[in-house]
Amino acid sequence: MTVQLLQGNRACALGALAAGCRFFAGYPITPSSEIAEIMARELPKLGGKFIQMEDEIASIAAIIGASVGGLKVMTATSGPGFSLMQENIGYAVVAEVPCVVINVMRGGPSTGLPTSPAQGDVMQARWGTHGDHPIIALAPATVLETFELTLAAFNFAEKFRTPVLVLMDEIVGHMREKVALPEVGVSQIVNREMPTVPPEWYEPFGNPPSDVPPLAPFGEGYRYHITGLLHDVRGFPTSRLDEIQPWIDRVFRKIDNNRDEICMWDEDGIDDARVLLVAYGSTARSARQALKLARARYGRKVGLLRLKTLWPFPEEAVERAAENAQRVVVAEMNLGQIALEVERLVGRSKVLRVGRADGQMVTPEQILDAMRASPEQFTRRATPARVQREG
Amino acid sequence: MQRHDQGTYEYLRHHKRFPHLWCAGCGIGIVMGSIVRSVQNLELNQDDVAIISGIGCTGRMPVYMDFNTMHTTHGRALAFATGLKLARPEMEIIVVMGDGDALAIGGNHFIHAARRNIDLTAVIVNNNIYGMTGGQSSPTTPLDARSATAPYGHIEPPFPITDLAMAAGAPFVARSTVYHVTELDKLMEQAVRKKGFAVLEAVSYCHTTFGRANDLKSPVAMMRLLKDKSIPLQAAARLEEGPDPDQIVRGVFRDDDRPEYTELYDKVIEKAHGTLPPRKRKVRRGWV
Repeated sequence: MTVQLLQGNRACALGALAAGCRFFAGYPITPSSEIAEIMARELPKLGGKFIQMEDEIASIAAIIGASVGGLKVMTATSGPGFSLMQENIGYAVVAEVPCVVINVMRGGPSTGLPTSPAQGDVMQARWGTHGDHPIIALAPATVLETFELTLAAFNFAEKFRTPVLVLMDEIVGHMREKVALPEVGVSQIVNREMPTVPPEWYEPFGNPPSDVPPLAPFGEGYRYHITGLLHDVRGFPTSRLDEIQPWIDRVFRKIDNNRDEICMWDEDGIDDARVLLVAYGSTARSARQALKLARARYGRKVGLLRLKTLWPFPEEAVERAAENAQRVVVAEMNLGQIALEVERLVGRSKVLRVGRADGQMVTPEQILDAMRASPEQFTRRATPARVQREG
Repeated sequence: MQRHDQGTYEYLRHHKRFPHLWCAGCGIGIVMGSIVRSVQNLELNQDDVAIISGIGCTGRMPVYMDFNTMHTTHGRALAFATGLKLARPEMEIIVVMGDGDALAIGGNHFIHAARRNIDLTAVIVNNNIYGMTGGQSSPTTPLDARSATAPYGHIEPPFPITDLAMAAGAPFVARSTVYHVTELDKLMEQAVRKKGFAVLEAVSYCHTTFGRANDLKSPVAMMRLLKDKSIPLQAAARLEEGPDPDQIVRGVFRDDDRPEYTELYDKVIEKAHGTLPPRKRKVRRGWV
């Protein structure tokens, strides 16, 4: 274990390589390009492959293709590219192909604010592709955590046969920190389950007790069909209700039943907190500073709930943490996306949104101001702009 | 040429998927037969063959064939296949696309796969129309033809697929029609055998939508048109003024050699002092 000065994007690439990623397809976009550059250099050394595709649509298509070929795969992009990838993220959900998509979020919408930080793609990560579907999305706050959560993303993808999104933001991606990367042992790496039955019995979309059927790579003797159409247990398109409904149920169940494992968060002093801060990604760093200041300056009982998993939303954690709090302050670099989820759980009268979408990070002072907002402002559900003006 | 039509039966998922969803008289089944016969004649192992498709009538082709099959999103079949080829260079990957799939929504992937020269066989079933959605204009709908979205006649010129493929750098470019089945079989075999990006345009027809809008209501009338309008490449070369613009020139337009992408990438791995991943040898069909 050596201590090094490491950039977030590099930690992401190293986490992927440690997890066993052997294929990367991508298209240049700031602030994620370093990941592609590092993968282009490092993958061939490990016998892996890198390809720069003609756009982001092709990039995610290529990684899904390579994953079907049996490799662990990843692509990395930012907002505009993430928008382009949405259709094929849905394909990976329906075809249950493991893959990891890194989105180093920048200011949007459209070309937006290249390349200022933002956390505006949280809801797009959840609902970006059309139709009802489950999804896993993780959000690291530090360089070390970027390494850890990228590794976790691969493990979830392989274990649950699903696309996993990692929502970094520009600050986390470009920030350098002193890091001692942990050694990753074999026991920390999850590989997809392979079928053990003869090909004629193989059901690539069957209903095993784990809800995750084994995935045979192409070219290994298991000839089967993969489609984006809803399909039966063999993968053939179907419109029969008795085949569609079990499939939909299983695909949701495999994520929902494993929420305990997937949902990750950090707590700091939430037991006796009167004010609960909820934050994720780089905004959680501001929240932590605001927490320190509030305790030191005003002696307030403040707690912080830092979410590492955004989707599925850690509902139990938020509910428990907010139980005794009088108010809940949700800080994020958007105008209220995760805040919507928190409001849904704890009631909107208790929640104050602190956010901005102007390409600047949420400062500790902004959060402090929000915490000191009068109850009157509070019930008006102060918008970020109003808090700034009045604060 | 020896033909084994009886033997092709085992290459189809006959007891699972048939009857197919194409209209009676459609040409797509002929192209599918040609693919199956080429795999059989080249004695490829079924486990080593992957058929990748996009969306549309042609997109439904893989489900009927007993290979590793993948029905991807609209226009992206070549991009999916590129990833699969890099992961499994030993596999024989055939990508089947319609004209709209390959040239409209997937046009970008088509030219870049050709430029990259990755070892895929791109079979474009060109029926000059979007059939599955009800007969809208496609990138190869002829000038002045009527379609559901061009009720007064189409005012855009069609894409010359073979010219486009050659300009983009594909080392093997050929065209035939679903009327000329023996020739199509021969070209299909050449295309599948080719190490590099091989483009085969299989000119088909859609009597249901295109035909109905353009006074060619039966498959027979459309077949006859393919027969009458097409001309072999050698014959076209002998014409002083060249072939008519609406004539279908059949044959191999280009067959040369360029460095192939997956082989070049192996050299990249060597340069990076990496270890080459173990590669399966191509297994010929026999006792498996």
